[in-house]
Amino acid sequence: MRVLLRNPRRELDVAGPVTVAKLLNRLDLNRESVLVVRGDTLVPGDAVLADDDEVEIRPVISGGSV
Amino acid sequence: MKCTVCRGPAVIDLRRHNANFCAEHFLKLCRDQVTKAIGEHDMFEPGQRVLVAVSGGKDSLALWDILLELGYEVEGMTIGLGIGEYSDASTAASVAFAEERGLALRRIDLRDEYGYDIPTAAAVTRRVPCSSCGMSKRHLIDKAALDGGFDVVATGHNLDDEAAVLLGNVLHWQTEYLGRQAPVLPGGDGFPRKVKPLVRLSERETAAYCVIRGIDYIVDECPMAEGNRHLRYKEALNGIEAASPGTKHAFYFEFLDKAADRFRPEAAVAREDLHPCPSCGSPTVTEVCAFCRLVERVSDAEPVPVELLRAGRGRARHRAARRAAATADPGDNTNDEKVHP
Repeated sequence: MRVLLRNPRRELDVAGPVTVAKLLNRLDLNRESVLVVRGDTLVPGDAVLADDDEVEIRPVISGGSV
Repeated sequence: MKCTVCRGPAVIDLRRHNANFCAEHFLKLCRDQVTKAIGEHDMFEPGQRVLVAVSGGKDSLALWDILLELGYEVEGMTIGLGIGEYSDASTAASVAFAEERGLALRRIDLRDEYGYDIPTAAAVTRRVPCSSCGMSKRHLIDKAALDGGFDVVATGHNLDDEAAVLLGNVLHWQTEYLGRQAPVLPGGDGFPRKVKPLVRLSERETAAYCVIRGIDYIVDECPMAEGNRHLRYKEALNGIEAASPGTKHAFYFEFLDKAADRFRPEAAVAREDLHPCPSCGSPTVTEVCAFCRLVERVSDAEPVPVELLRAGRGRARHRAARRAAATADPGDNTNDEKVHP
């Protein structure tokens, strides 16, 4: 599957099928710090992503001045 | 995975609530949490005029959307910070949100109205960009709220923001800051009342709210915030949260319940020294307020592109700073914005 990552923006190819939780583990990403979006829909941790899926792993941490 | 409420297909799992939610019930959870925060902390009442500080990011747009959904009288305000394409995209997201819904959005541009932008301010003052950025935003939002007769300013600070600030204040035992860390900052002494209705929502939840509601927010991080301390604290807390869900909530709300009052006297003492700035009238503890000093110092400086600052971790950055500083008025490096973050 095609995986879009942000900050910095880059794309990866990852073999499916794989659950969202396993994908994040494989990429060493903290589930508290990201959302996984397929199309324009959120995908929960136990959802299975197919080999031909395109997903975005969207960071949710923002900072700067407060 | 099924929704804990209706047993329909879930779109998000929230480990800190030990629950999963479908889109409909997740949106309801977010609105309920904001309603609870507003009520528990007496933030504002129906019929009062609320000014929402809008950046174009997930938190401020989610906040604006939720307050409208809850029926409050809300107006937005956004500030053009001059941080290259990032600021352009941020403003565009805020404007698009307002125009699509027919909402009032007040706009201020630092470069057009005050003769500087954040990259130039950072270069001239040789301080981290977040310092002049935060101070400028606080000053202009306060001014707009007071001039516009708003009852309250609502900001998009979420649970992660507050927990990260708390961690930073505890790590350095900033007791004066601890004394004024609260979901409500009272008005008076020249300050508007400020509230944080998103304190019961994590930023993963505000981001999810925007995705589900189809709110087009700016996802990319501010290029000038890269590597800042606040982000490191958030990452550290998320590492703990992953192993122990609910830690961030407990850390912040237990502080409010059990410790915050102990530090209030120090914050109150700091406020005793306030007087109006002779230039703009804003409250300050120094002779002239930090905003007026910054404008005086940087408004004539040669503009510094954000790309130069980002690339310039070394020589380029120093060259930019020297060039900008050479065209600016001399000034000091003090920062008196410790009274009302």
